[in-house]
Order: sequence, then C-alpha cells, then structure tokens
Amino acid sequence: MNILLNGESKQTKCKTVSELLNELDIRLGRVAVEVNLQIIRKTDYESHQLSEGDIVEIVNFVGGG
Amino acid sequence: MKEDILTIKGIEFKSRFWIGTGKYKDFEETAKAIEASGSDVVTVAVRRVNITDRKSPNLLDYINPSKYKILPNTAGCYNVEDALRYSRLAREAGVSDMIKLEVIGDEKTLFPDVIGLLKATEILAKEGFIVFPYTNDDPVMARRLEDAGAAAVMPLGAPIGSGLGVRNPYNIKIILEFAKVPVIVDAGVGTASDAAVAMELGCDAVLINTAVAGAKEPILMAEAIKHAVLAGRLAFKAGRISKKLYATASSPIEGML
Repeated sequence: MNILLNGESKQTKCKTVSELLNELDIRLGRVAVEVNLQIIRKTDYESHQLSEGDIVEIVNFVGGG
Repeated sequence: MKEDILTIKGIEFKSRFWIGTGKYKDFEETAKAIEASGSDVVTVAVRRVNITDRKSPNLLDYINPSKYKILPNTAGCYNVEDALRYSRLAREAGVSDMIKLEVIGDEKTLFPDVIGLLKATEILAKEGFIVFPYTNDDPVMARRLEDAGAAAVMPLGAPIGSGLGVRNPYNIKIILEFAKVPVIVDAGVGTASDAAVAMELGCDAVLINTAVAGAKEPILMAEAIKHAVLAGRLAFKAGRISKKLYATASSPIEGML
C-alpha cells in the first residue's frame, strides 16, 4: 500500500506501526508516532493497522534551544 | 558549600544554568559544551526522524537522558494547535512531562504570541504537562501564565540569538517580585556577564543556547557562563549594597595625622 511517511510518498507491505518501525530500523523509545494526526501509544504499535493513504509522522528529538 | 537546588513540581535541578543543544558544530561539540556547563537540564527540539539516512547519529546518543533532564521545546510553532501537537508528541516520545512552550508571534523577532501562549499553557497544564512558557518581559503576562498553571515563567532577556543581554532588568525585577513560581530568563543572553546580571536580579535560572554554541570557543564559553551563573547567584544571596549618588569613604577619618 501507499502511505505518506514524514512528508514523502512510500510503498510498504507493513501492516502495523510496529512492522513499519522495524522496517525503517527505528529504535523504540525516544520517538513518537502519529497517524492521520492521531498520536499512537507505544502499547498500540503492534495492534494499530496501517491503511492505504495514511499520513504517518515519526518524530524524535534533535538539537534545539 | 550547601547545595542550592531548584525544585519545580518535585523535580530537582542542581544547576541554575540550563542549556540548549542547538546550533553547535556537531554532536561531539554539543556534548562537550554541555559537560563544561555543569548543567543538568538541556532543551531539545521535536522534528521528523531522518528516514533516508538511518546511519546518521542521534542526539540522545551523545546526551544521556539518564544523566540530563530533557526539556523538549515547541520551537517553530506559530499557533496553539501546532504547539499542542508538538507538546503531545514530545511527551509521547517518553522522556519527559516537561515542555518548554513556545508559541511564536513574529518571524523576525521570534517574540511570543502571548495570547496563543496563554491558551496553550492552560490546556497543557490541565493535561498534566509541566509547562515552562517562553514569554515576554510583561509582569502582567507572567501573572496570567502562572494563574493558567505554568510551572515557572521564562521571560526573554532579548530576542532569541540576539546576544543583547537582559534588555529590561526593571521588568524582570517586577516579575520576580510578584511571581510565586520560579522565573527563568530564556533568550538573549550574549555572554557571561549577561548571565550574571540575570542571576543577580534574583532569577532562579537562565536558559542559554546561542551565547554558547555561537561563541568562538563554545566549550570555554560554557565554562565561563557556569561561573557567571554561580557568581550572580551568590551575589544575589549575599545582598548587594545600595546604589548611592555620592561617596562614602572606605577608610576611617580617626587617626588621621
């Protein structure tokens, strides 16, 4: 399916947030995930199903004042 | 020397020099400067993960969250909705309930939109966030933010990155007089003496980023400011002499020839 990931179009076979984070090799803890403007709790990463056209944002902490 | 701990909502801060992690040459320099500062709290920004380059280093690989308290900010947010979104994402990242709340009103000065800031403070405080609003030096605004549930108030000394120091010490003094929560000057400090001035006024801490990261030698400046914050704090506690128009001799008249 096609999703929008951090502003870029992406083809993925991943069905859940958990699988997506795995595929991207993103360490849990220190990131936050939002799907269609809804924050996904860490405890829901494995259960939250991704859908065609989902807008996914994965954020972390960077340098700032 | 007895420890001079600042306690906010049950969180103990050993250092009154709070430091930002932005604008450094690289993560190594960031880590060294923070080490030199003696600070135990660092601000960070919330941004998209680098999806394309998974090998790129992560800030928290250099700044240990178990050694430093992480204070996420909502830098770049120009309205309440964005500030709330970033705050909630920051909390979800699971490191902190603290948020340095920025609702910016103007691109050129980066002055806060205080109306939006007040709204966002109220909402986030109700959601259990420990809110540190970056505000202006208006004592009435500081009081409103306190009433809205801010854990401390962070009046700017001067525009972010301007290095102009504490431009309105009189207003900061008035804020200090009425505030029931800690007052932390955030933004505008240019060098060590500016930090000392803020602390001598009676501020509980100062938050500094550009003055360190932008200095010719950031690690040295971090050390300088560490001493300045301590000096200013001690001078405040020592109770300075009042300013007089005329002289009072320091040596006695008695025993003069």
